[in-house]
Amino acid sequence: MKGKPLVSIVSAGLSKFGKLEGLYAREIFAQAAEEAFYRCPNLDPKRDIKMLFVGHMGESYEHQGHTGAAVADWAGLLHVPATRTETACASSGAALRAGVFAVLSGMCDVVMVGGVEKMTHRTTPEVTEYLAMASDFPFEQWHGITFPGLYALMATAHMHKYGTTEEQLAMVAVKNHHNGSLNPKAHMQKEVTLEKALSSRVIAWPLKLYDCSLVTDGASCLIMTKPEIAKKYTDMPIQIIGSGQASDSIGMYERESLTSLIAAKIAAKQAYEMAGVRPEDVDVAEVHDCFTIAEIIAYEDLGLCSQGEGGRLIESGDTKLDGRLPVNTSGGLKSKGHPVGATGTAQAYELYLQLTEQAEKRQVKEAKMGLAHNVGGSGATATVHIFRRE
Amino acid sequence: MSEQASFTIEQFYKHISQGRLMGGKCRKCGKIHLPPRPLCDKCFSKEFEWAQIQPKGKLVTYTIIHVAPPQFQQMALYAVGIIQLENNLKIPGMIKEVSLEQIKIGMELTIAFENSTTAQQWPRWPRYYFKPAHAL
Repeated sequence: MKGKPLVSIVSAGLSKFGKLEGLYAREIFAQAAEEAFYRCPNLDPKRDIKMLFVGHMGESYEHQGHTGAAVADWAGLLHVPATRTETACASSGAALRAGVFAVLSGMCDVVMVGGVEKMTHRTTPEVTEYLAMASDFPFEQWHGITFPGLYALMATAHMHKYGTTEEQLAMVAVKNHHNGSLNPKAHMQKEVTLEKALSSRVIAWPLKLYDCSLVTDGASCLIMTKPEIAKKYTDMPIQIIGSGQASDSIGMYERESLTSLIAAKIAAKQAYEMAGVRPEDVDVAEVHDCFTIAEIIAYEDLGLCSQGEGGRLIESGDTKLDGRLPVNTSGGLKSKGHPVGATGTAQAYELYLQLTEQAEKRQVKEAKMGLAHNVGGSGATATVHIFRRE
Repeated sequence: MSEQASFTIEQFYKHISQGRLMGGKCRKCGKIHLPPRPLCDKCFSKEFEWAQIQPKGKLVTYTIIHVAPPQFQQMALYAVGIIQLENNLKIPGMIKEVSLEQIKIGMELTIAFENSTTAQQWPRWPRYYFKPAHAL
């Protein structure tokens, strides 16, 4: 099984990320689908796509559940079976994995996976409330712990245990905003200075505004096939060679660790073992930087550095665009934006561009292997996927 | 059956309203669950007994919430944290009756119980909070 392609990605699409006023989620998803269809002229979507999995976290934003059927229809895929996957902010990481299962089962030769979220029309307190639904209600939400608050609890613990600093957290924001400034689809295409990040208003101490990802509207999708038929659709298929997913206690207080995400460690181990690769084989990674501390913890959980060294890794510059292992070349959730249901497949979209050498100003030279790390809630779900240029 | 069904979050909060922190102790393997659960995650037993937990512990991490959801906006800024209790149990909650600057990891906190219930249909759980064990 090691290194054997599980599926091949033959196309990908991403809507503009940002404040998409007046658009409804299904309309945004149609933008992403249209790009994926446009990139793949040999595909007849109605005839070829046998299943759609779409990640979507919240019904509250638009008073709309039952997202699968709604987005399938608006994407021109009426009558194609469509199922929504929901694992909070990892909803489309889960959709991606469901797509892998569907193709590998032999039941579907071609599958579309994606995700969508429309968030910016809501007030900050409303969005704060809806995002908190990814956390435990009876003990976390009930006692006033917000979603940024949960990552702040991890940040405080990490700073106390390993000496990680607020400056190191801000360096993640500076790096990802630089990358986002080069991404024409990013929500916030502008640089931020260390001073500005550090002096931004506090959201949940020690996390400040620039430690938090953006409330964003957006959609993303991929089209995947059995590896044997991928060349029918594209000259440059990208293979998925490793897939991992794990869960942890919904309540952070019941977890073994407050400074790492055990679910991400387990998912990463599964994906690396399936792919037959090691962390040092990865050329480019998209990690779930919903908060700056989350990227630092991701470095450690993915084995890109040892436990407790995440702060020093960002400081070293190794994860910058021109560094040894560029992380979040898209701008990450921090600058590209975090329409929660869309994030998992948006990470895969960036890796698709990188591995097919279409990332333009953000292109990592000779990128052959990519890794995507998608986290749900405060870490109760994590998915890790490894991608390889064929 | 009725006794087994009572190892619930609802029952946990009934105990809170009576000023007690109660976990569910598995009769088979001895693991204490806080909050209680209907099924032991270690041995899958459904047989439990109540175990009273000392309402005091050490603060293992905390944060100061500046941006709060609508129902807590009136209280912001406020501190929340996770405390380590006996038997390796942890529980989150608000930290009150202390100035925010004095909150430190490792400080000793006790649990204070509120018995008021909310007016809404659901949930009608009381709240508890943490406060310094010693005068600062």
